[in-house]
Amino acid sequence: MADNANCIGKARSSDNAALKRYVIIGNGAAAVGCVEGIRLADPLGLITIISEERRHVYCRPLISYYLEDKTDLEKMKYRDDGFYDRNGAEVLYGKKALSIDPAAKTVALDSGETVAYDELCVAAGSSPFVPPFKGLETVENKFGFMTLDDALGLEKVLTPETRVLIVGAGLIGLKCAEGIASRVKEIKVCDLADRILSSILDAEGAGLVQKRLEERGIKFMLSDSVSEFQGRRALMKSGREAGFDVLVLAVGVRANSGLVKEAGGSVNRGIIVDERLKTSLGSVYAAGDCAEGYDVTLGANRVLALMPSAYLEGRTAGINMAGGDAVLDNEFPMNSIGFFGFHIMTAGTYAGEVEEFKDGDSVERFYLKDGYLSGFIIIGRVERAGIYTSLIRDRVPLETVRPFIAGGRATNAMFSEEVRRKKFGGVV
Amino acid sequence: MRESDTVKRVYVNEEWCLGCHLCEYNCAFANSGLRYMSSLKGKQIYPRIHVEGEEKDRITFAVSCRHCEDPLCVKCCIAGAISKEDGVVRIDRNKCVGCLTCMLVCPYGALAPAEDGIMQKCELCTSNGSGEPACVKGCPNRAIVYEERGQE
Repeated sequence: MADNANCIGKARSSDNAALKRYVIIGNGAAAVGCVEGIRLADPLGLITIISEERRHVYCRPLISYYLEDKTDLEKMKYRDDGFYDRNGAEVLYGKKALSIDPAAKTVALDSGETVAYDELCVAAGSSPFVPPFKGLETVENKFGFMTLDDALGLEKVLTPETRVLIVGAGLIGLKCAEGIASRVKEIKVCDLADRILSSILDAEGAGLVQKRLEERGIKFMLSDSVSEFQGRRALMKSGREAGFDVLVLAVGVRANSGLVKEAGGSVNRGIIVDERLKTSLGSVYAAGDCAEGYDVTLGANRVLALMPSAYLEGRTAGINMAGGDAVLDNEFPMNSIGFFGFHIMTAGTYAGEVEEFKDGDSVERFYLKDGYLSGFIIIGRVERAGIYTSLIRDRVPLETVRPFIAGGRATNAMFSEEVRRKKFGGVV
Repeated sequence: MRESDTVKRVYVNEEWCLGCHLCEYNCAFANSGLRYMSSLKGKQIYPRIHVEGEEKDRITFAVSCRHCEDPLCVKCCIAGAISKEDGVVRIDRNKCVGCLTCMLVCPYGALAPAEDGIMQKCELCTSNGSGEPACVKGCPNRAIVYEERGQE
């Protein structure tokens, strides 16, 4: 990034005691944001990244696109090969952080080493949540769908004759289904919820998307769950049976908050941070899937396990760790997800009055609360949806705009001429 | 943080925009590799600038990438495909997978996919041999201009 152009120099001389020691636990988008944030404020400090995965940073959400042959291992690197060197960051690959000692300011690794820090960022991500299924140990081929290793493992076992059962019809399970659809014979997806994508869609929207997926041959078993696995058979609570060769568990994820919790830090569903991404422990920050940020549309903390949030949080943490001053006080959940070319965009919280526009297979539903846009679900006609997220992010009073003049489609014509003059006639 | 980019960008003079859509055609042509503009006749075009407006109020204006000082699309791209170099926000179409996250976060609604579903964006005609933005060159009314402006 141009931001970092002046920050070259792997100044790693231990006799220079003035250099700050930054340690980052994790090597995903939040870690990259943290490195780039640190380098905005401190070109010289020592950065150490503790990476459990033995991989250059890659785009985690692209693992389904990898299986779909829409990207490859080289292209899916989140930053180029020179990223760590250019930023003077040392990566400890294949090492796991076991504990944090906030008093001594050290991190203990599974290798027996101890890493000292002046400022620490916990960007440890999330892990798949696997409920205790009866007979799960009898299943020979079972995978999660969180890491590149999961995708590479699946790639090895899938054949045109494979029947796959995916447990979980959320974002991860369904992206997996899309990714492997052309590689396998059959895909069945089950979920305890009565609809797919239940965390982001209502019944009607979910129905539209489900129809598209069913057109591609994906079968659903909703309001149902596995009561027992017997080798290549799943016995369902409903009494049905599902035969499969490969099982994918995509039930949900849990924030990796244990390190901070065990060190005495405040943890809820994720690590609790303030708007500077600082935890309750001194000199310890947290960012990404393991942290719980303030959602302006909810008016409360929630884990925003999304890649853009991870980067933004990491970057904010990094700037603050390096003595800069950055706040992140306008976060809210956002999802852009597509299946077989059919796109869905959602944002914010679904609360308040509803404005709805429908046209064939397109639905735009907006939630208005206290004079502001609180959230939306747009299915199908997603063009320029960023204008709507800007209304949420910038807390634009709806009385100052005409949000629905184009029948729900976003247009800059909703703003006053004066606002447009600033947006399109000024440096932004 | 860092100093404001003092680079040329495309700016809009809304009061002079006729809504003629010529900028869209000039953009599509400049990025098409076609020899004659007439070859675009009858084809669906995928320009990187688009005319928006509200017919009722006779408002029209052209929207293209603002090449923001601190671009949200660069930070939010889940494929690491968008970057900013020398004041120009660029997309690596080889890395893009068409997830449209940039479209969800761009506050100006300036990004749209190409025909293949992969994102494309205005790079100020720096990578297509036009020299300067074709949309501006072809605008009959100076409703879009390519110049350096300071921060307000």
